[in-house]
Amino acid sequence: MQPLTNKIKQVDRKPMTFMEKLYLPAIFKGMTITFSHIFKKKPTINYPEKQRPFSPVFRGLQILNRDEEGRENCTACGLCAVACPAEAITMEAAERQQGEEHLYKEEKYAAKYEINMLRCIFCGLCEEACPKDAIYLSETFTPADYQRKQFIYSKDDLLIPHPKENPDAYQKALGNRPQKVSEN
Amino acid sequence: MMLLSVDISMVLEKLLLIVVVISASLVIAMYTTFAERKVAAILQDRRGPNRAGPFGLLQPLADGLKLFFKEEIIPAFSSKFLFILGPALAMLTAMMTSAVIPWGGTIELFGRKIDLQIADVNIGVLYVFGVVSLGVYGIMIGSWASNNKFSLLGGLRAASQIISYELAMGISMIALLMVTGTLSLKEMVDLQQASYWNIVYQPLGFLIFLICAFAECNRTPFDLPEAENELIGGYHTEYSSMKLGFFLFSEYINMFISSVIMSTLYFGGYDIPFINEAAMFSPNVVAIIGIAALMAKTSFFIFVFMWVRWTIPRFRYDQLMYLGWRILIPLALFNMLATGGAVLYFK
Repeated sequence: MQPLTNKIKQVDRKPMTFMEKLYLPAIFKGMTITFSHIFKKKPTINYPEKQRPFSPVFRGLQILNRDEEGRENCTACGLCAVACPAEAITMEAAERQQGEEHLYKEEKYAAKYEINMLRCIFCGLCEEACPKDAIYLSETFTPADYQRKQFIYSKDDLLIPHPKENPDAYQKALGNRPQKVSEN
Repeated sequence: MMLLSVDISMVLEKLLLIVVVISASLVIAMYTTFAERKVAAILQDRRGPNRAGPFGLLQPLADGLKLFFKEEIIPAFSSKFLFILGPALAMLTAMMTSAVIPWGGTIELFGRKIDLQIADVNIGVLYVFGVVSLGVYGIMIGSWASNNKFSLLGGLRAASQIISYELAMGISMIALLMVTGTLSLKEMVDLQQASYWNIVYQPLGFLIFLICAFAECNRTPFDLPEAENELIGGYHTEYSSMKLGFFLFSEYINMFISSVIMSTLYFGGYDIPFINEAAMFSPNVVAIIGIAALMAKTSFFIFVFMWVRWTIPRFRYDQLMYLGWRILIPLALFNMLATGGAVLYFK
């Protein structure tokens, strides 16, 4: 039979020589190998204290964006929900009332916006589909939780902090990923 | 009735010493479990336990606490008395060995000279061997009482392994006794302090002793009695809670004690090489330095135990028996004869 690779190595089945039968040289050799590992760099990162740096294109937890005055960008058009291959996104639209102009950027807004984080596959298609720059994937990942229902993230969990009321948290939530340049 | 007149302060002194030695060996065994996990981690490029307390130092306490709070399960078909006797006996025999070990020289407190040894028996070595051989009963009784085939297999393996390796160990010991001419551990240390360490005279004997010590402690590569991947847990398969803890703990105490015995018999005990410390410091300081020296040697041997465990795989059962009966015993016999010849020739 023709071998598939050239990596085949014939197993040596010769009886052991006297030196091999002594076992001890081989054991000492092994012990020096394990001893040398004491001085090797440990690949483990002490996770909660230290975090692995993410690449700029890392796709983590979704965030719902606000504009500079703190108004929600989302208009509940539903394009993200349509784009979502995992069908993780649901939303309910509502009309902006008089006096709510400081809350919502346009006349229509999402009264309810939920992402099921157990369904989400973090593909980023919602971010690509959004015409209003309202949703993007941040640099954090979904934390662990004890109950299934706690993985359904509502607007409270997803909205970015208010840029005026809470500027530090806002800057932190923006992260240092390259900002999407809007076309208009 | 002079024979029965007991010196009360002597009794107190010995009691205190017993308490100190027993609690010290328990604490050391506790931290040996921690060291084992740390050494395993470091040899495998991991970090090991580092969450409980600074550097994970409270980890053994957490482990012990966990074992205490675990549910105590005694299988319905086990024989209850023996089931409980097993781990108790294993623990007891593990602790008993420390009685004859000289932990240091003599210290002077309140005008009394106190030997840092619980009992200077003139047959110390024989006592150690006797107690160590008793240790297998704990495992055997526990495994038999479990009424479980895996436990029984583990117990059988432990029994035959310890009996096989005890022979070679004893014979290698006889060679050492011929060199030193004493059975008292204290005198052995004194002799080594006066001249060279016994390892110089008995390198082959030490090697045999070391290998047998691995087998006696059921440590890798001879950990067949608890071979996880063949026998589930071996002799302690049915055990839970603190009874399991006792079995695991006695293994670590055994490891500690055999490291102490190896350093006492072959590496000069509490002697510090190349310097005459008795001429430099007061007796109390010398004793404390001696204890530190003994502990340093012991820690090294404990590290060797772990180092080997995380380096080489387990023997097959027939290989184990082959090594014990066909290689180690003839080798030990040869060593004994050669030593006897040398002793005769040089005297």
